[in-house]
Amino acid sequence: MTDIAAPAPHHAARFQPAATERPAVRVLLTVVALAFLGLFLVLPLVSVFYEALSAGFGAFVKALGGRETASAIELTLLVAAISVPANLVFGLTASWAIAKFEFRGKSLLITLIDLPFSVSPVTAGLIYVLMFGAQGYLGPLLAEHGIKVIFAVPGIVLATIFVTFPFIARELIPIMQAQGTQDEEAALSLGASGWQTFFRVTLPNVKWALLYGVLLCNARAMGEFGAVSVVSGHIRGKTNTMPLQVEILYNEYMYRAAFAVASLLALLALVTLIVKSILEWRYADEIAATRRH
Amino acid sequence: MNALTPLEAETSIALGAPVDVTIDAVAKDFGDSPALFGVSLDVRAGELVALLGPSGSGKTTLLRILAGLEAPSAGRVLFGGEDALGLPVQDRNIGFVFQHYALFRHMTVFDNIAFGLTVRPRASRPAKAEIRRRVLHLLNLVQLTGLEKRYPTQLSGGQRQRVALARALAIEPRLLLLDEPFGALDAQVRKDLRRWLREIHDRTGHTTFFVTHDQEEALELADRVVVMSKGRIEQVGSADDIYDRPASPFVFSFIGESTLLPVVIEGGAVTFGGDPTGLDVNKTERREAVLGFRPHDVTLVEDDAPAIRGRIVATRRHGGRRRLELQVGPDHLRAEIDVEVGDEQPLGTLVGFRPQRWRIFPA
Ligand SMILES: Nc1ncnc2c1ncn2[C@@H]1O[C@H](COP(=O)(O)OP(=O)(O)O)[C@@H](O)[C@H]1O
Ligand SMILES: [Mg+2]
Repeated sequence: MTDIAAPAPHHAARFQPAATERPAVRVLLTVVALAFLGLFLVLPLVSVFYEALSAGFGAFVKALGGRETASAIELTLLVAAISVPANLVFGLTASWAIAKFEFRGKSLLITLIDLPFSVSPVTAGLIYVLMFGAQGYLGPLLAEHGIKVIFAVPGIVLATIFVTFPFIARELIPIMQAQGTQDEEAALSLGASGWQTFFRVTLPNVKWALLYGVLLCNARAMGEFGAVSVVSGHIRGKTNTMPLQVEILYNEYMYRAAFAVASLLALLALVTLIVKSILEWRYADEIAATRRH
Repeated sequence: MNALTPLEAETSIALGAPVDVTIDAVAKDFGDSPALFGVSLDVRAGELVALLGPSGSGKTTLLRILAGLEAPSAGRVLFGGEDALGLPVQDRNIGFVFQHYALFRHMTVFDNIAFGLTVRPRASRPAKAEIRRRVLHLLNLVQLTGLEKRYPTQLSGGQRQRVALARALAIEPRLLLLDEPFGALDAQVRKDLRRWLREIHDRTGHTTFFVTHDQEEALELADRVVVMSKGRIEQVGSADDIYDRPASPFVFSFIGESTLLPVVIEGGAVTFGGDPTGLDVNKTERREAVLGFRPHDVTLVEDDAPAIRGRIVATRRHGGRRRLELQVGPDHLRAEIDVEVGDEQPLGTLVGFRPQRWRIFPA
């Protein structure tokens, strides 16, 4: 047989696996990526801590110990302590309803959940002023009953809840949808009540996603500036959260104190990321198992 | 997976008394597309019934209605003569085995099987030691002893499905419902599990509904087979009834390979495309009908005697014989026949054949 063509020799060279760029190219790409990250993420972060601690640890603690600063930290913790659980309940119920049931207006609900992501936080704050402010729709009525929302803690909490409410729901909806309703149906057919099914099957199935959502939600709740700034009124020692306090200190040229508070917020971000990574690493198998199926 | 051995004689299991089930004109619409059209069926206590039908024929819907996971649009369901539709899922006491197992992935095998017992109200919940005894007993029954600490992801498909069965049996169900339980498993595991399920059924005596689209599985496993198509029951009967006395062209073609051709009966003879086929029936009035035959039940007709004739459009090896695909009649319909290897002729050849065994269905 002579009519069988020999395989064209130069063909082999064309089918290179995707990841065989020459070493020089690889090194270059890695360096560019790292330089970019270093310049825009690591450097600012390091400089925040550097500035905060430049006069020593004692000065750092002293800067945080000011009455107004301490009250800002307290208020931030309080706001997070209310808004995160509120969004936990909201996020769970909303994603549960969206993933497990069919109902009218479902796509509208999904769109609404994303609204805070697309609305500028300042606008969000203004909406609350329009609703609850002294000249707002409900302000006079609330004032009659001695309830103050705007320029007070309730307004800050409401604005924070608004801004952070997609975080948990967004984490949960895709995973709950992927898991479907079979596990729940199995539990019901085995005699479990609705509550038992929720707490013993639905919730454990999403616990890692839920934890991520809570971490992210908390980081944003403590760090929110725009919406809170509009409704807070900046009353010193009363309605200033940590981010607002940073701005005040900065505007008053108290750089060291400003950086001290800012470094706490940066620390929060770092801790959030580290905890997230540890969870991912420690429970990789279990997380994989809950996602698979 | 570890091979399934025959069950030991002393392996028995407590059971909820099996009930007979009456399905009476049950219909189901999803929106405006009907999934079931008034289905009726009576099943005796302890019977193993296979629901057999192509995908989309309404098998799962019927099963879910029995379980209480879906409400029918019309009709009645009785368990042991009592209305079941008023009972919520939790109170129906039904073991449901899902096609994709639906094991609780964050629980061990042990906790999965124990689940139905541990969610009971305190008054009717067995003591911890008793739950343990029962779970280990069930593990033995499904031949997974020693795997109680594993998680579902650490099991093979066949093992997972056996855990799912043990979990369903743990609640001592009155009725066992299995929705294509072996559908996701490979052929050999399926065969093992099939025989083993039959043994478990014979031992435990649950009234069992078994959904499958695999005719071999249905015919081998079930006391009675319910053939479904497009939301209706086409036939209910034993494997022999279904195979030898199919009630409709659908059943005939769904069970085994077959060809269906439109024919006209005239003066006691079956004609196809205006030509006599050489087949006779004892009815004389003219009417249109459907002729059904299986590829292996035909003989070739060499001479000009009456026969069905067609051109060979494809041939392929089929077991020990060769399968010919023919284009027959004026409408170029497809017919399949088997011939001996060596008898075949080139594509395009005109061949004549006559069914040896065949059935006539009303058109
Ligand atoms: N939840 C549902 N919503 C709408 N249509 C459905 C739903 N469940 C089943 N159906 C439809 O009902 C018919 C029967 O489905 P099913 O009972 O799942 O069939 P089978 O189990 O025999 O494959 C199909 O046409 C299917 O599309
Ligand atoms: Mg189905």
